[in-house]
Amino acid sequence: MKVPVSWLNELVDIPTGTTVEELDAAFVGLGLEVEEVHRPPQLTGPLVVGRVLEIEELTSFKKPIRYCQVDVGEEQPRGIVCGARNFAVDDLVAVALPGAVLPGGFVIAARTTYDHVSDGMICSSRELGVGEDHSGILVLGHGDADAGRLVPGTPAAPVVGTDDVVFDLEVTPDRGYAMSLRGIARDLGAALGVAWHDPAALTPPAWSGAPGWAVTVADPARCDRFSMIALEGLDPTAPSPWELRRRLAQCGVRSISLAVDVTNYVMLELGQPMHAFDRDTLTGPITVRRAAAGERLTTLDGVDRVLTCDDLLIADESGPIGLAGVMGGATTEIGDRTHAVLLEAAHWEPTGISRAVRRHKLPSEAAKRFERGTDPDVTVVALARAAALLAEHGGARVVGGPVDLDVRGPRPVITIDAGLPGRIAGVAYPPGQVADVLRAIGATVEADGERLAVTPPSWRGDLTDPADLVEEVVRFVGFDEIPSVLPTAPPGRGLTERQRRRRSIGRALADAGYVEAPSYPFLGAAVLDALGLPEDDDRRALTVLRNPLSEEAPALRTTLLPGLLATLARNLSRGQRDLAVFEHGVVFPGGARTQAPVPGVDRRPDDDVLAALLGAVPPQPWHVGVVLTGNREPRGWWGPGRPAVWADAVQAARVVAAASGIELTVRAGERAPWHPGRCAELVVGDAVVGYAGELHPRVCAALELPARTCAMELDVDALPPAPVPVGPRVSGFPPVHMDAALLVPAEQPEAAVREALTRGTGELLEDLRLFDVYTGSPVPAGQRSLAYAFTFRAPDRTLTGEEARAAFEGAVSAAAAATGAVLRG
Amino acid sequence: MSGANDPYDPKQVAALSAEALESAVSAAIEAFAGAGDLEALAAVRPAHLGDRAPVLLARRELGALPPAARSDAGKRVNAARTAVTEAYAQRLAELEAERDARVLAEERVDVTLPWDRTPLGARHPLTTLTERIADIFVGMGYEVAEGPELEAEWLNFDALNTGPDHPARSLADTFFVAPEDSGLVLRTHTSPVQARTMLERRPPIYVVAPGRVYRTDELDATHTPVFHQVEGLAVDRGLTMAHLRGTLDHLARQLFGADARTRWRPHFFPFTEPSAEFDVWFPEHRDGPRWVEWGGCGMVNPRVLTACGIDPEEYTGFAFGMGIERALQFRSGVGDMRDIVEGDVRFTSAFGVGQ
Repeated sequence: MKVPVSWLNELVDIPTGTTVEELDAAFVGLGLEVEEVHRPPQLTGPLVVGRVLEIEELTSFKKPIRYCQVDVGEEQPRGIVCGARNFAVDDLVAVALPGAVLPGGFVIAARTTYDHVSDGMICSSRELGVGEDHSGILVLGHGDADAGRLVPGTPAAPVVGTDDVVFDLEVTPDRGYAMSLRGIARDLGAALGVAWHDPAALTPPAWSGAPGWAVTVADPARCDRFSMIALEGLDPTAPSPWELRRRLAQCGVRSISLAVDVTNYVMLELGQPMHAFDRDTLTGPITVRRAAAGERLTTLDGVDRVLTCDDLLIADESGPIGLAGVMGGATTEIGDRTHAVLLEAAHWEPTGISRAVRRHKLPSEAAKRFERGTDPDVTVVALARAAALLAEHGGARVVGGPVDLDVRGPRPVITIDAGLPGRIAGVAYPPGQVADVLRAIGATVEADGERLAVTPPSWRGDLTDPADLVEEVVRFVGFDEIPSVLPTAPPGRGLTERQRRRRSIGRALADAGYVEAPSYPFLGAAVLDALGLPEDDDRRALTVLRNPLSEEAPALRTTLLPGLLATLARNLSRGQRDLAVFEHGVVFPGGARTQAPVPGVDRRPDDDVLAALLGAVPPQPWHVGVVLTGNREPRGWWGPGRPAVWADAVQAARVVAAASGIELTVRAGERAPWHPGRCAELVVGDAVVGYAGELHPRVCAALELPARTCAMELDVDALPPAPVPVGPRVSGFPPVHMDAALLVPAEQPEAAVREALTRGTGELLEDLRLFDVYTGSPVPAGQRSLAYAFTFRAPDRTLTGEEARAAFEGAVSAAAAATGAVLRG
Repeated sequence: MSGANDPYDPKQVAALSAEALESAVSAAIEAFAGAGDLEALAAVRPAHLGDRAPVLLARRELGALPPAARSDAGKRVNAARTAVTEAYAQRLAELEAERDARVLAEERVDVTLPWDRTPLGARHPLTTLTERIADIFVGMGYEVAEGPELEAEWLNFDALNTGPDHPARSLADTFFVAPEDSGLVLRTHTSPVQARTMLERRPPIYVVAPGRVYRTDELDATHTPVFHQVEGLAVDRGLTMAHLRGTLDHLARQLFGADARTRWRPHFFPFTEPSAEFDVWFPEHRDGPRWVEWGGCGMVNPRVLTACGIDPEEYTGFAFGMGIERALQFRSGVGDMRDIVEGDVRFTSAFGVGQ
């Protein structure tokens, strides 16, 4: 809501000398957030009112030019050259005299142009920085009618508005009344402690005669007051006065025609949106009714809309002529031949307006006010105000009596304990202050001891609960009164195991050299194709958004890999080469869904409804993933770098498992998007929790990633709780070290050999380390040599050579039995 | 004591004479001193301290002496031997010190050489800042509550006093999930965690809920469709706005320094009444100390308590929420939102592993 200070000054006795900053602070204190303060454009030097005395048309140039004699309050008129044609003799205009500097540093000087000396400039509103109109010059008034207030030679700035500050206020959805100068003036007056003048405090004329039109309201629940007057004799060519156009421009409203401008002006002033129908285009009586499904209406914006039976209409015998409270229809639009007008001002039920706005995506200025709630008391007042303006500037006169169908019930009374605001705020408000504040905002308060019966004012439909009244009191007395007191919470239980585990995983991966990169969880089918996921892959069951930001990525991720790989690609495109990146967060598996119920909110939902509600929200497991490319260890003066390989990805899974305090088993697996020969299946207990390894070459090619990019992803929520670690007995007896090189059939996984060696050694094995893997001569084809270092130790004695040898042989024979391993000589 | 005049066999005891011993000692000292390095010292050692060295041979002669003379000669031999041994040890120490000094000097390295063989990783500052905020509340006795990002529409809106026709609902820029009657949205704020918590637990409730939320904004320097909030909720007997202010002031001081504090502006949220937006005084702002808009807060609307099965006559509650991205932006001087969300490793690496 844009608010010119000059307009506020007419309504509020703002103390002289009040600064823009003080007004700003007052608005903020009222809860009217100041989005922007438009200060007047920089303009110096003489800008005066001028009266055009003579116009000489210069015709010898490529375009028509006028040489004018303009009275600027001096003994002699000044000669001024002007290219515009939208003015006539006796028009009152804004003249910048030599020495003036217009916005943008445009210096005005007497100069010769089109063979005449131009001794100043007649300005357009754009040249003065007060509007966008540059189609002609700014006409402030006409002839003797306006000569009284527009005296040639007097400063033009107050008339033009170049000295005006405009506040752009953000009005929250609960404060419909603040969508008007009237509402803002009332609040500001209260905040500054000064008087204000209610522009709605006028008594409509005693219009007489039969109502100007026949109207029926068929849906009084959604329209509890409908008012209308008829006007005739409107001069459709009468321009809107500059004063009105200027204020509309300052408030961001485009000037269209006198009739439209007046309705908009009154809407800004009183907060009551109105609609003007061209009376001669109407057919028969007006009905306010619901639409029949499938009925159509072309609205003023030219859009042909299909209506639903929830749409509320203004209709005549021809059908719909307006979407109530939202936008009028095209067939009854007033135009440049409209002499007779029906003016409508109504009070609409707000939520119905909200639904229509959303359904038709039509957030009009009128609807913005109606859905926040307007003041039903002022419909006829607004009509009277508009009629007066149309009479003054367009010669229109009201014919017949007003239509005023008013079926409003009594306003609700809220009972509140006078001590409640203090108890909520933690502030001891003095006795009586609560009632005083509520009266100050316009409520009627009847006090019965500590019980207050409060009737909110007609413009505050948002005040329905005691809590709303509490807010009014706290807001008006001021938030700064509230002290700062730290409450004492009962002892808490700290972080949960799950929360602790997530932190451990993140830290462990970062410590291992991975950089965390959270990504947007949106994806599309194309990337799943690029990953080579089979048609029946569970990651293809997607949760799709109805209104995605991008049609390419309309669904929620079922795997972290697309986001991670996109991050990798982005970093590569920015010149990085060696990358190790991780992300952890939720994924959104698709699949069959139940519909979430929508219970009421007047009490806690029943347990079974609540269970259905919570059950309809799909599980969203927490995954962790890594991707790597380039060197895992950089080259340096110590030697060459070490490229990232499949094993790094598997090791990342082991890091995650270790940080989670659980044991991970790795075995060969096969799953897209991994290389079928370089894919590790990550197993905990009996469950596969993830995969790691090198990506399939086709995937790297499809996603334009470097060859041999590696990745890991696992489901952290699938990891069981960590057992409490058992402290080992640390032996002080000496160890025995032995090495063994084993010839093993190549198809035997190392994990199987290790498992057998461990099992075969028994309790004496303290450590077993693979220190070499070798193929090639002299190792026979189809085999490989695995070299292990054993550390044997007993908890209670020094091992003898025989004991160590027996353990060693036990290990080797177990490996032989399990995997066909043979000890190399 | 044996006297010097005791009779003995000169032929057998010449080696034990004081002269002979003195000469052996001085020969040894001379030889050791003459050894220029440890190898040379080792080479001369056998001649003076080996089995055939004069002082050791002399010791063997002691048995030939008459008992009366034995003690006296024994003392001489021992003294001589000690003198040789000490001379050796002294020279050995000298030569070892020389060698050590030389070798250690030779082994000198350039300790400024880099050794970043293991690359450094980093956690995202949104993660570490979220943890820091959560820890501040855990320190006050709060627990960390969680809720799903893909959320029931009822919990995201209706339970929070934002009915289907509420104007705030159209302002919320919500991502809706297909099909139209799914009843699911991407949560637009962390507030549904409030509702879940109140439906699940009985007061007193003190929870903080950090998490990722969604609005249909395009990514630019100041907006991102996917961002993070921290929501706090306390429901107890006798809670007031003063307690809310105390809590926010405490958080501000913990995060932004001892001089930080909050300022409130009246605002509107459907789920709190009264409601406020709050600014934080941030003395360390890179453009100078200033108030910075941070979040929203208020007293839980009694209608929300009712919808969650808590008696508003018995309990009051306060709630607050703020953006983590925003806090990161001004706390760490990050000008462009895109740097936070794009996953450029250069950005994140600057923040390290974090606490």
